[in-house]
Amino acid sequence: MTTIATDAIRQPLKFGRIRPGQILIWTLLLLGGLLMVMPILYMFSTSLKTASQVYDLRLIPAAPSFDNYIKVLSDGNFLRWFGNSTFIATTVTLSNVFFDSLVGYTLAKFEFRGRYFIFLAILSTLMIPTEMLVIPWYLMSSQLHWLDSYWGIMFPGMMTAFGTFLMKQFFETVPDDFLEAARIDGLNEFQIWWKVAMPLVAPALSALAIFTFLGNWTAFFWPLIVTTSRELYTLPVGLSSFSDAQDTRWEMIMTGAALATIPTLVVFLVLQRFIVRGVMLAGLKG
Amino acid sequence: MAQGAITDGTAPRGRVWDRFSIRTKRVIWAWAFLALPIIFYGWIRFYPTFQAFWISFTDWDILKPAQFVGLENYDKLVHDPQFWKVFRNTFTYLIVGTPISLLVAFLVAYYLDRVRFMHGFIRALYFLPFLTTAAALAWVWRWIYQPVPVGLINGLLSQFGIPQQPFLKSTTQGLPAIMVTAIWAGLGFQVIIFLAGLRAIPSTYYEAARIDGLGEGAILRKITLPLLKPTTVFLVVFSSIGFLRIFDSVYNMTSNDPGGPLGSTKPIVLMIYQTAFSSFDMGYAAAQTVVLFTILLIVSLLQLFVLRNR
Repeated sequence: MTTIATDAIRQPLKFGRIRPGQILIWTLLLLGGLLMVMPILYMFSTSLKTASQVYDLRLIPAAPSFDNYIKVLSDGNFLRWFGNSTFIATTVTLSNVFFDSLVGYTLAKFEFRGRYFIFLAILSTLMIPTEMLVIPWYLMSSQLHWLDSYWGIMFPGMMTAFGTFLMKQFFETVPDDFLEAARIDGLNEFQIWWKVAMPLVAPALSALAIFTFLGNWTAFFWPLIVTTSRELYTLPVGLSSFSDAQDTRWEMIMTGAALATIPTLVVFLVLQRFIVRGVMLAGLKG
Repeated sequence: MAQGAITDGTAPRGRVWDRFSIRTKRVIWAWAFLALPIIFYGWIRFYPTFQAFWISFTDWDILKPAQFVGLENYDKLVHDPQFWKVFRNTFTYLIVGTPISLLVAFLVAYYLDRVRFMHGFIRALYFLPFLTTAAALAWVWRWIYQPVPVGLINGLLSQFGIPQQPFLKSTTQGLPAIMVTAIWAGLGFQVIIFLAGLRAIPSTYYEAARIDGLGEGAILRKITLPLLKPTTVFLVVFSSIGFLRIFDSVYNMTSNDPGGPLGSTKPIVLMIYQTAFSSFDMGYAAAQTVVLFTILLIVSLLQLFVLRNR
């Protein structure tokens, strides 16, 4: 299905010869881009400085050292939060990849009464902001003893209307003949979905997985509400409380922020093409 | 029907199942696939939505059982100067932040679309902040805004002999300072979406326009911008919703005094958070969430309206 998506996206406009105006534009764009990453660069730079060097605002530290990282990580809590966030984001992502695509597939490829109603009902939940649901969720969680638990953090995001909509759009591009052939081969409907249809929408699945993972990795509002014990904090919530407790130890705060940012940057550098294409796909389809 | 003609070893199927027509079987499969999701959406999305409305008509405060109080919470809200301040702050984020970020994002995308040399690298530079954790980078920006000798901006200003700025500690500069952070974090996403929108315009349109002798400005006005309208509307709504729901960066940049001095940077979601989870005035907080819901609904409906009138 990649071809369908990428054909629509043409290559950058080509110019015959280079003019001075273009060099100026290129330089401005580059400078703007460098300005954009400056806070991130300074975050890393400061995290490599000692407490006394923090006041030296040069980008390259005079004597870079990883002592802050060792200090922050040896605290123990940070690794725990790291693990919590990884576990939560991974579980929620797997759940979304499974259920969103299952529902999207069913709505795209099955004919039954009530299909359109179900689709509209799920789509309409896009209009409901999380902020409105947190109070009932909190009530529900306290009644069912979900407060301060992994499940309590994860349950609201196990399925999303956005993912369902995205996957429905992509399953609609899968030719019915493929599915019919599999049906004649004796595969049952679940196998047809899992073994035939799913591989055909792999690019959309990877986009969905990346979005869901990033969204849950950086999620702050609900985890802040539902967790009370430090051991269950996710990385953003833990980082917030950690930074608050550091007072003005900025090199420590920057180290914490850097540790929270490094995984997403690594993921980005490895999967850049996928991510950019995924955002483009979702933006055009949505 | 070829009942039992095929001995299917993959799934245990009774005789009742075999008697169904292929069509019926598929309908049953469909509802089996949807069973768990229907429970999920009903229980985790729809039921809480109605419950939020219900709680907004009660005086529930976690300690004692909820009592129906009618529109009392809404009445309190309308007469709460704090709410109107928060309302104004939220719309300031929205009305100032959205046009600025969209304009900058469009300019970057428009020119970046014409650049081939290091295109991917420059695009990555703009996109990178979007992938960072807002809660983490809020602290980086907080550091940037500190007074000398710590803060980056004030450090630069002092080198040029410009007086120190209070930024987050000021009632007038706090909100713009946070807005810059929010625009910075969201810009990359908007650039990517604009780039996708620009690329989706067939190059034949441009070629035809050039043959007709249209200049760059005319092409921009007559071809690029009109064809980019769906993308722009999507981004206006996406960005507006983002600003209406701003929380992470404000909470983390002003955690010593949530909402900034005199609540000058406090957005509506932070007020909801404090009312619900600091004061535990759940009924009042629920009424605030209903207001937020209504505003978001209006924004989304406006999008549909604008796109339909194409």
